[in-house]
Amino acid sequence: MRAWLYLIGGLIAFGVVATPGLAVMLLFGGDAADILLASLATLMLVSAIAVVTMRDIIRCGLAMIVSFLALAGIYVILRAPIVAAAQVIIYIGAISVLILFAIMLTQDKVAPARLVFQTQALPAGIAAIVLAVLVALAAVGTDWPGAVDRIGIATVEVAQLLFDEYLLPFEVVSVLLLAAVVGGVFLAKREPSQRDEGPI
Amino acid sequence: MGFADSLDNYLILAGALFAIGAFGFLARRNAISMLMSIELMLNAVNLAIVAFGAFVPALQGDGAIIALMVMAVAAAEATVGLAIVIAIFRNRRTPLVDEYDAMRR
Repeated sequence: MRAWLYLIGGLIAFGVVATPGLAVMLLFGGDAADILLASLATLMLVSAIAVVTMRDIIRCGLAMIVSFLALAGIYVILRAPIVAAAQVIIYIGAISVLILFAIMLTQDKVAPARLVFQTQALPAGIAAIVLAVLVALAAVGTDWPGAVDRIGIATVEVAQLLFDEYLLPFEVVSVLLLAAVVGGVFLAKREPSQRDEGPI
Repeated sequence: MGFADSLDNYLILAGALFAIGAFGFLARRNAISMLMSIELMLNAVNLAIVAFGAFVPALQGDGAIIALMVMAVAAAEATVGLAIVIAIFRNRRTPLVDEYDAMRR
């Protein structure tokens, strides 16, 4: 019985994601990249809204993984394969797993039953909509200098720049990651002598 | 028509994703939800950077490198942020940020 409900839910989700792609194909006659971009953008925005509105936080984390995956697909449409691969490895493989572990370490049973939003949720929503509209107007109204067709990002060129011109930032980032690992272990380590009930 | 061939579409998409993340950061009560919203905002900025790199020939390789640096810094930020949340949770037994009021009383 539950399996049928999941199947119907999956079909509804597929319809929500596939409808913009079909609309682009039928109304505007877009090619494969347009159809994929419309579907992936819908998937990314819907799952991002699910991340910030759903009550059960573990489902928020899983919706965040879907959002990251759709964004990796958009990077592929932008012809930036190295960024798409890094998105899958770093965000889906590392950061999402870290966040899911933190969720499982910090949630108790009573948390999802209580209020999800702060009292400032309504002004925050209005401010977010205003922000999105302003960014859209600025992006459309600006004539970006030097912008040509979608040429993509060649991996060979990225590698040559990364190990030549950007060698110092590359090394600094490795030191930063080491410092973050040491700091994370130090902060999350349980003090053996001191009991809980701290002053925070 | 060429939706995928216009830089504006990607920038509008990035702005919408950033707005969703900003709403989540301002509105959610759970500290880990706020961190997830920060990750959404970082993803939106990355999308804008990679879009500029893919459309402007002068920025072609630089866009991808800046995006990769942002990803590395986001990983470091997530590590330290989640460690802080876990450390506070161990003391206060709650993940809700509006109950962290020791410095207001």
